[in-house]
Amino acid sequence: MSAQGVGLVDYDEAVSRFDPVLGLEVHVELNTKTKMFSGAPTEFGAEPNTQVDPTSLGLPGAMPVLNAKALESAIRIGLALNCSIAERCRFARKNYFYPDMPKNFQTSQYDEPIAFDGHLDVDVPASEDGSKPAFTYRVQIERAHMEEDTGKSLHVGGSTGRIHGAEYSLVDYNRAGIPLIEIVTRPLEGTGDRAPDVARAYVAALRDLLRALEVSDVKMEQGSLRCDVNLSLRPSPDAPLGTRSETKNVNSLRSVERAVRYEVSRHAAVLDAGRKVVQETRHWHEDTGLTTAGREKSDAEDYRYFPEPDLVPIEPDPAWVEQLRATLPEPPAQRRKRLQAEWGFSDPEFRDTVNAGAVELVEATVAAGAPPAAARKWWTGELSRRANAEGVELSALAVTPAAVADLQALVDAGTLTDRLAREALDGMLAGEGGAAEVVAARGLAVVSDESALVAAVDAAIAANPGVVEKIRGGKVQAAGALIGAVMKEMGGKADAARVRELVVERVGA
Amino acid sequence: MSTPVAELVRWDAARLSQALRAGVVSSEEVTRAHLDRIAAVDGPTGDPDGSGVHAFLHVDAEGALARARQVDADRASGAELGPLAGIPIGVKDVLTTRGMPTTCGSRMLEGWVPPYDATVVRELHAAGLVVLGKTNMDEFAMGSTTEHSAFGVTRNPWDPTRIPGGSGGGSAAALAAFEAPLTIGSDTGGSIRQPAAVTGTVGVKPTYGAVSRYGLVALASSLDQAGPCARTVLDTALLHAVIAGHDPYDSTSIPAAVPDVVGAARRGADGDLSGVRVGVVRELSGEGYEPGVLARFAEALDELRAAGAEVVELSLPNIVHALAAYYLILPSEASSNLAKFDGMRYGLRVVPDGEHVTAEQVMRATRAAGFGDEAKRRIVLGTYALSAGYYDAYYGSAQKVRTLVQRDFTDAFGKVDVLVSPTAPTVAYRLGEKLDDPLAMYAGDVATIPANLAGIPGMSLPAGLSDGLPVGLQVLAPQQADDRLYRVGAALEARLVAKWGGPLLARVPEWKGVPA
Amino acid sequence: MSAISRAEVEHLARLARIDMTDEELDRMAGQLDAVLDAVAQVASVVTDDVPATSHPVPLTNVTRPDVVRPGLSAEEALAGAPEAEDGRFRVPQILGEEA
Repeated sequence: MSAQGVGLVDYDEAVSRFDPVLGLEVHVELNTKTKMFSGAPTEFGAEPNTQVDPTSLGLPGAMPVLNAKALESAIRIGLALNCSIAERCRFARKNYFYPDMPKNFQTSQYDEPIAFDGHLDVDVPASEDGSKPAFTYRVQIERAHMEEDTGKSLHVGGSTGRIHGAEYSLVDYNRAGIPLIEIVTRPLEGTGDRAPDVARAYVAALRDLLRALEVSDVKMEQGSLRCDVNLSLRPSPDAPLGTRSETKNVNSLRSVERAVRYEVSRHAAVLDAGRKVVQETRHWHEDTGLTTAGREKSDAEDYRYFPEPDLVPIEPDPAWVEQLRATLPEPPAQRRKRLQAEWGFSDPEFRDTVNAGAVELVEATVAAGAPPAAARKWWTGELSRRANAEGVELSALAVTPAAVADLQALVDAGTLTDRLAREALDGMLAGEGGAAEVVAARGLAVVSDESALVAAVDAAIAANPGVVEKIRGGKVQAAGALIGAVMKEMGGKADAARVRELVVERVGA
Repeated sequence: MSTPVAELVRWDAARLSQALRAGVVSSEEVTRAHLDRIAAVDGPTGDPDGSGVHAFLHVDAEGALARARQVDADRASGAELGPLAGIPIGVKDVLTTRGMPTTCGSRMLEGWVPPYDATVVRELHAAGLVVLGKTNMDEFAMGSTTEHSAFGVTRNPWDPTRIPGGSGGGSAAALAAFEAPLTIGSDTGGSIRQPAAVTGTVGVKPTYGAVSRYGLVALASSLDQAGPCARTVLDTALLHAVIAGHDPYDSTSIPAAVPDVVGAARRGADGDLSGVRVGVVRELSGEGYEPGVLARFAEALDELRAAGAEVVELSLPNIVHALAAYYLILPSEASSNLAKFDGMRYGLRVVPDGEHVTAEQVMRATRAAGFGDEAKRRIVLGTYALSAGYYDAYYGSAQKVRTLVQRDFTDAFGKVDVLVSPTAPTVAYRLGEKLDDPLAMYAGDVATIPANLAGIPGMSLPAGLSDGLPVGLQVLAPQQADDRLYRVGAALEARLVAKWGGPLLARVPEWKGVPA
Repeated sequence: MSAISRAEVEHLARLARIDMTDEELDRMAGQLDAVLDAVAQVASVVTDDVPATSHPVPLTNVTRPDVVRPGLSAEEALAGAPEAEDGRFRVPQILGEEA
């Protein structure tokens, strides 16, 4: 299905004959307590039209005043993206009519963004099958600017609940005026067949960076990070840029990758058919994996930008900017490299840790005294399984990194076997207390009373003469049956290695 | 009580203030006197084309009386009250009033009741003033005659067949008709000063940013400024002191102390301007100005000289381009500010006939029905001036002219303390005279708009009569030197009133309505 | 030569979301032409080295702390709405791009 009715070209074939050029526009909702230009709250999921005031509702007479925290966040984002920070910049009005925009203009920045000319180095991982290697791509950032979000419309009537066929709409202005930072790349050239991977890796890297800056929830599923994908094809890297499509509504990492692939295939088909790509806005459909045509850009509105007279120019004090620069967090990519080296993880081990979302948790567990390998095993293994089973984030489990470190200390001290440690974890997750408390309360500690162990070993030997015969006959692996019997007798609370030593010693093999 | 109630409406605010503090009258009596006066001369509600003054679009008699009684009770309990506590005031219908209709003179907002007070209105309440109601205006403050109000014209108390000026014709006429001793206006290109001039009252456009614009429904954000209107310079200063000051809800509000305007008005009242340098703007007199206007202006200059001021003529070459720049900047900003009126969230909604009517169709039908001709003209003009391809030639160039005008003023104020000119080139013209000739109407703003472009303060005060109609004199001062207006204005007022043997408004004919 | 054509006025009225009759468009075109003729001088009096003034009073860096201030209840927000439903503003069907 294609708007231009020419089908699709296989992706690999498309990229063998065309050079894709990407452009990415990411909107980030800041996590400020109040809106960009007024003191209305910004709580997600509140009852409709309860997070509003005269300004965010665009009432006659209301005026904007810039949120200082939003300005600070914008500058920090700019600095983290290696941008220059404007010595002076202004807001502008972008004029167009839309029912979810209360003033019928969006207060944004036009030709004077707060941050410009930056870059972000993105680590693009190797393909799953290893046929395509990992590499680093430098994404050039054109600008990062401040603006405000719009309200949200609920389309009522029709069969789909979508805008088309709806009889009317219900508008909630809670989201109107929430601070947004729009981050715009320059054209990403030279990605070749890796364009989808680069796009995904960039958005992932940006998300990690914004999370490290603690400026946004960066929840793509809630819309606090939204991505528009621009794509064009040209016959060769030397050719001028082709006509681009702008795909909106791409709201997961996987969708970013899929949308790029889809648009590459679609553009190639249009070009193969000897047609021209239409410059237009397209909508990504998560369910079908397709894009459909929206508004044609050739008929674009004239936005009639002009400097916002209700807001005064911004001239950030250079000393303040330097102070913000000095207190930026370590860049996530650099931090990962450092942690991987410090922990001595292999690439796959570290990737598993990252994919499990466990880097910070492992770091904290190590800081609390656990060996890195053990911390990794807990968080990417047992704890990930439990989080999955409960359907919660790893960090939402009822156990702290310090508690995990305490548990591991008991294992390292020989007080707990791995199995006992897992049992202790049950108690910890059930809120029964810390590792030591649960071990004491549940009586989980390994039995260290040698005479009790010896008695149990002797009893097992006496009860299994056949097994003893086999061991004495040289079948040492048969000792397992005796060890098992002893462990069962001891309720698992024995150190299996010590039991093996005793069995071998008492059988006299 | 010895004072006849009807006489109270002729008292100025300073005198009412003394009487209230002395316990000679109560706020309730004063308020009732003004409500009675409104009932007598303003014309019946719902008869906008009748023969009343029609200065008010909405009168809140009950609310005003309740408020007055509250102030009286506060005073009786010994509470510390400001000088204007208990004094009635009219508020131009361009400022939001919580729980009281705010229409901006437009069908678009007919029946809209704002859920919040403008900062100026909050200041009035805090100072104990008694809001009588909302005054008439040209739609969204676009016009110089108040004929562009969707709810009928306001008539000039000096001659009911003539314009009261605009856009704040209601606020000025209410003063001249003794319906209120004080009113609030707003001035984007002269909407306080020009109505003051043609009604024989006093009006001040403060320095841009001196009075909060929060809750002032925006026409042109970089030009709009709310300000005080009254019958005397001292009253205007007393009101100025109440409404001026920094407001954290307005980004363009000046975070500095308000100049001592009341002190300046009191000092000026001794009529001595020794050492004050007064500049006469060459470009703002002569051709295009009526002889009667120029005659009164010349006499006022003589009074200034007699007061000891040094009067010199100087040139501000770029202000001849101010009118053109203004009529690009204003429509541009207005086209954006008025975009919010679309029938979606508040105010008028017009749904065209037909099935599957879309939001866009409703917006277009609503704006077609809700805006009058002058509003539409300016919106379309502004849309054009901001369009890609025209922006540099029109809006961009106009903003540069603005810089040149500002520089001219800076140079001039390096040589003189204040500048003076006639406020308007003509006295009040007849209703309907320029209704179909927007350019002729715009030309009347030639002397007032330079102050808005430069952000400087300006005052209009009565300079006398020409053919029985008031002539206004304008005083301009540098940004944040609003006190100079009051010193010079009060001195001139004192000398002129002495010369006339009483205030000019004592000569306003008793209201008889439109002659048959 | 006229500065603005009737077709342009029609386009501008559409941009500004104002329905206009043919008679209105004709009248408006004539009036706007006269006004534009009178204001066009601004382009000829300025030079490139003159900076534009967007704000008459030179203030910079006006911000407010990120602190919640009392706003409006849903009832207050919706009080002036031409139509409301389920705590939301009810508006006619929206065509064009998806939000």
